[in-house]
Amino acid sequence: MESQNLLEVKDLRTRFHIAEGTVYAVNGVSLALKEGETIAVVGESGCGKSVTMLSILGLIPIPPGEIASGEALYQGRDLLKLTESEMEHIRGKDVAMIFQDPMTALNPVLSIGRQLGEPLRVHLDMDKPAIRQRSIELLEQVGIPDPAHRLTEYPHQLSGGQRQRAMIAMSLACFPSILIADEPTTALDVTIQAQIVELVQQFREQMHMSVIWITHDLGVVAEIAERVLVMYAGFIVEEALVDDLFEDPRHPYTLALLAALPRVDRRRDRRLNSIPGAPPNLLLEPKGCPFAARCELVFDRCREEMPPLIQVAPNHHQAACWFDVTTGKPR
Amino acid sequence: MAESTISQSNQGIASLAPDELETPPLTLGQLTWRRFRRHRMAIFGSVVLLLIILYAFGGMLFFSEADANRTETGARLQAPSREHLFGTDTIGRDILARTIYGGQISLIIGLTAMLVEMVLGVTIGAMAGYFGGKLDSVLMRFTEAVLIIPQIFLLLVMAKYFAQSIPNIKLIGRTFSGSVLVIIFVIAITSWPYLARIVRSQFLSVKENDFILAARATGTSTRDIIFRHILPNSTAPIIVSATLSVAAAITLEAYISFLGLGVRPPTATWGNMLEGAYNYVESAWWLWFFPGLLIALTVLGINFLGDGLRDALDPHSRAI
Repeated sequence: MESQNLLEVKDLRTRFHIAEGTVYAVNGVSLALKEGETIAVVGESGCGKSVTMLSILGLIPIPPGEIASGEALYQGRDLLKLTESEMEHIRGKDVAMIFQDPMTALNPVLSIGRQLGEPLRVHLDMDKPAIRQRSIELLEQVGIPDPAHRLTEYPHQLSGGQRQRAMIAMSLACFPSILIADEPTTALDVTIQAQIVELVQQFREQMHMSVIWITHDLGVVAEIAERVLVMYAGFIVEEALVDDLFEDPRHPYTLALLAALPRVDRRRDRRLNSIPGAPPNLLLEPKGCPFAARCELVFDRCREEMPPLIQVAPNHHQAACWFDVTTGKPR
Repeated sequence: MAESTISQSNQGIASLAPDELETPPLTLGQLTWRRFRRHRMAIFGSVVLLLIILYAFGGMLFFSEADANRTETGARLQAPSREHLFGTDTIGRDILARTIYGGQISLIIGLTAMLVEMVLGVTIGAMAGYFGGKLDSVLMRFTEAVLIIPQIFLLLVMAKYFAQSIPNIKLIGRTFSGSVLVIIFVIAITSWPYLARIVRSQFLSVKENDFILAARATGTSTRDIIFRHILPNSTAPIIVSATLSVAAAITLEAYISFLGLGVRPPTATWGNMLEGAYNYVESAWWLWFFPGLLIALTVLGINFLGDGLRDALDPHSRAI
């Protein structure tokens, strides 16, 4: 039953050395992705979700960035140790990525056809007529009408939803085994969001692809993911199957996040719950639990020592907290 | 009667079918051309430039290079006449023929100097801007070192230093003095820093865009990122700067040739034709008037063209 891990990230630490000091962006993230599985990484802005993914793909500018430790095993190879040209063969072919803002992720001076043809040219070494043929098919598959005509157009001539569809077509061009979706619906309006989510799910099933979906939208998470990782200030604070997470959250941060969700069954005139305070300053070397300053359950140990991510419930449900939130007592 | 109006109105509606209403959207090139066409001075400049190119290269059909270099001591310093439309110079050469052949050299110097300058400036600017860090520091300090030396001074020293003995070269059925190559080289080597800085600043800003990250995430190689993604986003300032540097190169050539350090006679250029005119400014106006006029028209035409391109290529320009 237990299938092989397709991607296994262990203890990834990414830092940025900037003029103001060192930014501790990712602090020991471990994650595993099985074949055909969809995991979601959630957390508020600036908590290191994107940096984690960019680190795995070797897209962190070094310097100022630095991958201080960790490994990312994919098909027995550590992606973090590959050379730039070896990574070029993996990016877009084995591991593809789609980005948050389709308005800025397409080159404004190149036609859609040329950009869509790029992965085909780079990875599959196709000739021009074959690229054109395949590009038309791809645009058709992602639901863009009149694809042959669209190929000659430029990004500004497409709507936001169409551009995101074109981006998806581009990322799927070489049948990647892993798709990293970095908040692909954030910049779109709600109806288009639903279409994009559905589109990615449809392709995931067709191509038996694994998906890492980065988002801060818990609604999307509930819809698509099998497993959820909650990130805070560069740490993974909780990991659980999606139902377990929503029904039985074990980390105070997850509890607070869920409490902040708008709900249809609650009175409209009530203000939404929010989490008091702000995320910690990433310029300081992390000491203790990063959520301590905002946590209602905080006690002395939290400020001194980072709790390890340990199994707290069945189904590999893990949380990093000194407190057992179900009993209200320290472990 | 009533029937016919109905059918007519039906036709009217039918002719407004969506297919017919929709004109294909304009490509970037078409938009640029539309903006350029509206720019009167740019069109004027292009026409002037075209006529001058036609003059310099079409004139070959009427005068041979031997005509341009034949000296006729009996006919020195003759004013424009039926026989010599632009007059003759201090050793009796026909000025009309010399402006034709000199024009070729001047235009060729302008264009090739610009090309060499482009290769140097774009390569150095792109490397510095894209890779940044130490490479950027080294390249930019070098660029600044070239920039702080006054260009004319550098030009003169280099022209004098290199112009020793370079063999003649043959091209398009003509033999050129080797000094033409020297001048091209010298002009290019002193002019690229401006372009390098423009290209560097373009690369610095364009490379931070999301679409560059997206292209890298697709597995595009660094070379392709530089030449296929960033460079096309920087074409407007590069083209404009290239146009203007053709004009600058022609002026610079005239300048050093006028000082006697440029292209060696007998090969004519507009610049070295002026050199001989220095002592006859008042007594033989035709010596400087015709080459001077051609230089002025060419530079003016190129500058107007560059202005037009700047406006037409600017994607932020609202004019359509």
